[in-house]
This record gives sequence, C-alpha cells and structure tokens, in this order.
Amino acid sequence: MVSKIERDHTRFRQIVRGKIKKELKRYITQGELIGKKGKDLISIPLPQIDIPRFRYETRKTGGVGQGEGEPGTSIGGDGEANGSSGAGNLPGEHILEVDISMDELAAILGEELELPRIEPRGKKNITAQRDKYAGIRSTGPETLRVFKRTYKEALRRQLAQGSYDPTDPVIIPVRDDKRYRSWKTHTTPESNAAIIYMMDVSGSMGDEQKEIVRIESFWIDTWLRSQYKGIQIRYIIHDAVAREVDQHSFYHTRQSGGTKISSAYKYASKLIREVYPPTEWNIYAFHFSDGDNWSGGDTNECIELLRQEILPHCNLVCYGQVESPYGSGQFIKDLREHFRDSEPLVVSEIKDKDGIYDSIKEFLGKGR
Amino acid sequence: MNLSSALTQIKEEIKGHALSCGLDFFETIFEVIDYAQINEVASYGGFPTRYPHWRFGMEYEELSKGYAYGLQKIYEMVINNDPCYAYLMESNNLVDQKIVMGHVYAHCDFFKNNIYFSSTNRKMIDEMANHGMRMRNYVEQYGEEDVERFIDCCLSLENLIDVHSPFQERKRRREDQEIEEEEPPKTVQKIRSKEYMDRFINPQEFMDAQKRKLEEEKQRERMFPEHPERDILLFMIEHAPMEKWQRNILSMIREESYYFSPQAQTKIMNEGWATYWHSKIMTEKALKDSELIDYADHHSGTLAVRPGHINPYKLGVELFRDIEERWNKGKFGKDYDECDDYLAKKNWNQNLGRGREKIFEVRRIYNDINFIDTFLTKEFCEDHKLFTFKYNEETKRYEIDDRDFKKIKQKLLFSLTNMGNPIILVEDGNHGNRGDLLLNHQHEGVDLRIDYAKDTLKNLFQIWRRPVHIHTTVEGRKKRLSFTGQEHLEKDI
Repeated sequence: MVSKIERDHTRFRQIVRGKIKKELKRYITQGELIGKKGKDLISIPLPQIDIPRFRYETRKTGGVGQGEGEPGTSIGGDGEANGSSGAGNLPGEHILEVDISMDELAAILGEELELPRIEPRGKKNITAQRDKYAGIRSTGPETLRVFKRTYKEALRRQLAQGSYDPTDPVIIPVRDDKRYRSWKTHTTPESNAAIIYMMDVSGSMGDEQKEIVRIESFWIDTWLRSQYKGIQIRYIIHDAVAREVDQHSFYHTRQSGGTKISSAYKYASKLIREVYPPTEWNIYAFHFSDGDNWSGGDTNECIELLRQEILPHCNLVCYGQVESPYGSGQFIKDLREHFRDSEPLVVSEIKDKDGIYDSIKEFLGKGR
Repeated sequence: MNLSSALTQIKEEIKGHALSCGLDFFETIFEVIDYAQINEVASYGGFPTRYPHWRFGMEYEELSKGYAYGLQKIYEMVINNDPCYAYLMESNNLVDQKIVMGHVYAHCDFFKNNIYFSSTNRKMIDEMANHGMRMRNYVEQYGEEDVERFIDCCLSLENLIDVHSPFQERKRRREDQEIEEEEPPKTVQKIRSKEYMDRFINPQEFMDAQKRKLEEEKQRERMFPEHPERDILLFMIEHAPMEKWQRNILSMIREESYYFSPQAQTKIMNEGWATYWHSKIMTEKALKDSELIDYADHHSGTLAVRPGHINPYKLGVELFRDIEERWNKGKFGKDYDECDDYLAKKNWNQNLGRGREKIFEVRRIYNDINFIDTFLTKEFCEDHKLFTFKYNEETKRYEIDDRDFKKIKQKLLFSLTNMGNPIILVEDGNHGNRGDLLLNHQHEGVDLRIDYAKDTLKNLFQIWRRPVHIHTTVEGRKKRLSFTGQEHLEKDI
C-alpha cells in the first residue's frame, strides 16, 4: 500500500522539479525566491500545480462568512481566497513550500543549463579516508558478528558431524563458526577549488548592477559547490584601488572613485601566488564590471597581468560586463581583441536580469 | 487492522445508540490505521486502490506536511459504499473514537437515505479498483507519459458535468432513432373548433407563431447537439475523435466525477447531520463523566468558525437544530410568517413536537441548495452573525461587505450553485460547419478566470482535435475566446 502513494508522490516531486526547470529562468531573474535557510536547505515557495478548469475569478466572487465586525472590517489577507464557498468546492490558491537541498538545486541548474561536469585540473592534494564494510572474516569484535553467516557455519558443521537432530533443531555455534564483518579503508582524492570574485564598485555601478552580480554569483556558487568538496571564496572590490572584503561588503559597498581594473588583477594574482598554489587548487576568477576602465594604459596592464599571472594558473577566468548607463563598455572589446577563444577566459555581456541565464551558461558551459 | 476488543465494544455500544435514534445505515466496517496510512487513503479520496496519478501525490504531500507540522489531522473518513468503510486513526484516544463512530453512522445513514445519493454506485470500492487496474494496464501499454498527459487533459474538464443528469432520462441515441419509420412531415395543426369560432380560436397570429415554432424545431433538428448540453464530458465521449483507451479513461473520470458530486452537493447537510447525531449520542447517551473535557475540546474544535470561512459542520448542525426547534414549536406556515409582533413570534409555541420527524424528512429529500433556500431565515442569519464579504481592490484584502439577509442568502446560494462551478454548455459541435466546438458560458455576474479558461481550452483541443471556442462575458463585454491549435484568439461579439 505504501509503495503506491510513494510512486505518485515521487512523480509529483519530479513534476515540481520539472516546473522549476521550465521556469528556472524566471526564478533566477526574480532572485527573491531563492534564499539559504538553515544549513544547506533552501525553501522555495512555489504554486501548487493547479489543473486548469473553467472556474470563477475568485477575487470577484466574494462569499459568506461568520463572525463579528462592521462592514469594512478586514477578514484576513490574500490567503483567504478559498473562504468563499461553504461547500468548499472552490480550490484555494495555495502556496506550497517545497524544500530542495542545495545539491538538488545544483542538479536542476546543471540539467537545465546543460552544464557539463567539471574536470578537476589541479593536483589532488587532499585525500580522505573512508571505511567500508567489504567482506566477512572469522575474527572480530562480537558487535560485528553476523548472525546469519554464523548460523550457517554452525549448521553446516553440525550436519557434517551428525549432531544435528531435525526433530530438535538446536544449533550451537562454537568459536570457529563465528563470522564477523570486515572492512576496508578506501582513500579517495578530493579536489578543492578557490573562487575569487572581483567587482568594480566605482560610482558607475548602481544597485541594479550589483543585484545582477549578486544573483549570478549565487548560482555560480551553487554550481561550483556541487562540483567540489572544499571551496574557498575570496571577495575583492576595487575602484582605483583594490581591497579584500567579506561577502556582505562585497555586495553592498558603493564607492565613487575612478576605475583601475589592474588593481584588482594585481590583488588576485597575489592571492594566487601566496595562498592558492595552482598545483593544489582549482582556481576560478570572476570579475564583474561595467567595462569603463580609467585609461588605455591601465587596460594594457590588465591584459599583461591576465596573460602572465592569472590565466596560466586558473581553470577559468570569467569577465562579466554589466550594462550600465554610465559605462563605456570598452573593456570587453579590448579583452575580446587580445584573447581569442583559445584561453581559459570567457567574457560575457549581461544586459539585464534576463541576461543572467545566458551568461551563466557561457561561463560554466565549458566544463572547466 | 481489525478492531481491538475495546473498540469493538465501543462500536457495538454506539451502533446500538444510533439505531435507537432511528438512524438507518448500511453495514459499516471500521478499520484502524496509522497517520501515514490515513494520509495516503485520504490522498486517494478514500480509495486506496485508485488509479495512479501525481495529483494524489500532491495531496499526500500537503496532508503529510500538514500533519507533520501539527496544522491538521484527519479524524474520520467514511466511504459511501455498501458496506460503508470508515477509517479510524490509531493514535486517537477512545473518546475521539466514540465521537467519530457516532459521526460515521450518521454519515452512513445520510448516504443510504438522501435522494441525491440514490444513483451513486454502492460498489464503488470495487469499481475504483477496476479503474485503477485498467489505468495501470494502459500505462504499461501506451506509456506513462502519454497516459498521464491524457489524464491531465481529462481532469481539466472533470467539472463539466450535469449534476442533474442522474435524474433525467437519457436521450435516445441517434442510431436507435434511425431505425424508426420516418414520421410524416409535421404541419401546423389547427385547434378543433366550430367554424364560426375558428377565427377566434385559431387567429392568424396564433397560426404564424405555431408555424415559426415548428420551423425552429426543424432548424433545431439539424443542429448538433439538438439542444445545448451541460454534460460536456458525455458529449466528448460520444463525439470526440479518440482512441478507445482514451475514451475509456474519459468515461472512468466522468464516472468518478458523478460519484463524488452528491457529496459536494450536500456538504453542509451531510456534515451538519453527522455532527447533530454525534453530539446527540455523546451528550445524551455515551459520554462518561471522565470524558467530558476531551469531548468538549474535540467538539468545539469541529465547530470553530473563522471569519471569511463558512464551517459546514457549524452551519449544518445549527440549521438542523433550528429546523427541529421550529417544527417542535410550530414556527412555520402562513400564520407564523405573517405575524409581525416580535415578542409573539419569539415566544411562539404550539407544542407541535414534529421536529424530529421533520429533520429526518429534510435529510431525505434536500440538498445544500434547497436546504439553504428553504431553511435559512433572517433570524438565523442574525443569531449566527453571518455576513457577506468582498475583495477590496484598494486595500488588497477581503472585507466584510454587508449583513443584509437577502444578500447573504444570494451569495451563499450562488457559491453552491453547480457546486461553485460556472455553468457551461455545448452549444454547437459543428460550429461554422468546420467541426469546431462552441461552448457557451452562462454568465451569472461573475467572470471566468481568463488564464485558466485559456489553458482549459487548450486541453479541450487535445481531445476535440479541432478549434474550440467559448462565448463568455469579460468585464461586461461579450467575448469569444478561441484556441485554434496554434494560438489563442480573443474577439468581441
């Protein structure tokens, strides 16, 4: 009996996932539906799957209720839409909370964006040891004794000895009959990744641009986390100078200075040199800007830094250019000119929130 | 699970009380199950053997989450079947089980005796199992995707039935008619009269009107369907181009719709009746002193009201009690209605003592609509503080609108009419002589939800396979919504 409802329930969950898949674009761009809750669960309120029928516009129907109150008294907010019918035939507008783990969410993201699994590049520096039950042996602690096997051995022995009496089938195991579980220790390599986010916080980057960066990095995080066991994230903001900040300041700092992108790249290359030796780490660098660099000289410096210091050490370097009313958007053109497709550099223009979807695909679609 | 001996004892006791009250029910079988099972059974609408579909899984998710977070709990579930099946939740205490049993026997009495249930299949448990089996075979044969997609389409039309049709004679099928000899062509018949009276009895206007009527009738015969039909599911089954398995699925879904429809039509009465009797049996017969608090707690929970909601248990039981009192005291009829002395009316008592008899009659021949229409009085509305509410566009919330008796009654009746569904008929099955399907929504003052209507048309198209249209009214303007298979069209008419 139980397996039956489980089947329908699983089916429903699959459709809910499918529903997210179909409308993933919308969820990403609206952003507000995704929030981390608890340890690694996030909760997405999503509409219950409603089978369309010919039915009344509930808001216009109103209905009959019972209780105190003058005309004009509120009887509850939006959620009371199904209160109208005494017979309870009008389906209400439920919001159904479905808990999805981050892993599940990442799987959906990967499936929808057709993201390839990432091939770790760096040396597998850290190994983890794990014990697994692998077989049976004749010695061991009593807590690991296997009843069934022990019984069989004893039965076999007693049969052979002729001491087994079918009318009184008592089996008494002796020490040699006893069987215990044994285990093996496996060593698995673990790969680690470091993400370096860089963002231009000069005067021309407004709140809307930052929101785009925030949403996009959330999804990038989600994906990379599903691919690597240990992940470290560093945040760098820059205008004319660069400094490292925590996550909150990364998204909320606003400065008014000019823009020297090279400052951020210098900082990043220092991080790579000192903290994340590329032999041990898979390094990802993401840089978001409106593409309005201070001077052509600085841009040349950036290109040198990328070519010499950053690109050779990273799995992937992404530059996302957010469209802004103030920025000239020159930087992306310069990058495109100097780096053809051959390098692990991906550039992408993000026009507005709807562009996030495609941009993530461009960034992560190479499987690096 | 079988009943424990304690429960069997209680069952026999409550059954005895129910019989002595005059309740008349099918043999009732109680089963004790745990919360996970009751959630499962409830997800399937009470039929654990029902066909597989994700919406039952959705139901399950809601129920089991609601239970897990302590938001809701199912006390009782009873299936209209002969014998009746009722489920008891294992973790409930004995007082709860007593209440539930009393409640269940009254439901069974209602199922057995209320006229609106008279045409339901009393072997529905078997029938549902058959449906489940057939559906599973189709899934194996035609693939889960296809079958599920088709069921989704059918469920979208599930409510397009004619709630009155179980009580109407079915029209004869076309093939049967063709066997008959052709009737002589009808002509306008004069009413027999003496010659000198003829121009008075059969004046020219009358003859013309008769002629027009006859022509209209002839016109009608060429129409398809001859008269607009409410049972759209049946129309689809008979006329839409479908594979055999699809036709069968649609038939099964229609059958289940009709099986459940009396329960929706008598929700207030049925729950009211059951509550009336469980409280009667408990307070007058079965309750022990030590159980009083638990009983009161449970009972008041059942009858709790929230603003903006009509609790069918509460409204139903209060109406039954009101009826019983009125017929005991003779508070009905011409004299009572015409009396305008407030005090005299209030203290009216003719010691008729016909209350009990009356409520048994009511449970036999009424459904929610005529129940409310006949027995909801102005006094009742005032005593029970009923009101109408509406949605305020400015404040974005629902607000109390009025406490006027007529408005309350009208709103309540509206929400019950056609089980709260819009009335939709098949107008033309060969619209524009292109095999298009034309539906007509009888607009009763409330618009359809347009986005839903569009998706429903799309599903309808999946079955009809030709463009589908519906005439409706949107914000006071007559409109025609269409789905051509490629696109949605909207046109003023």
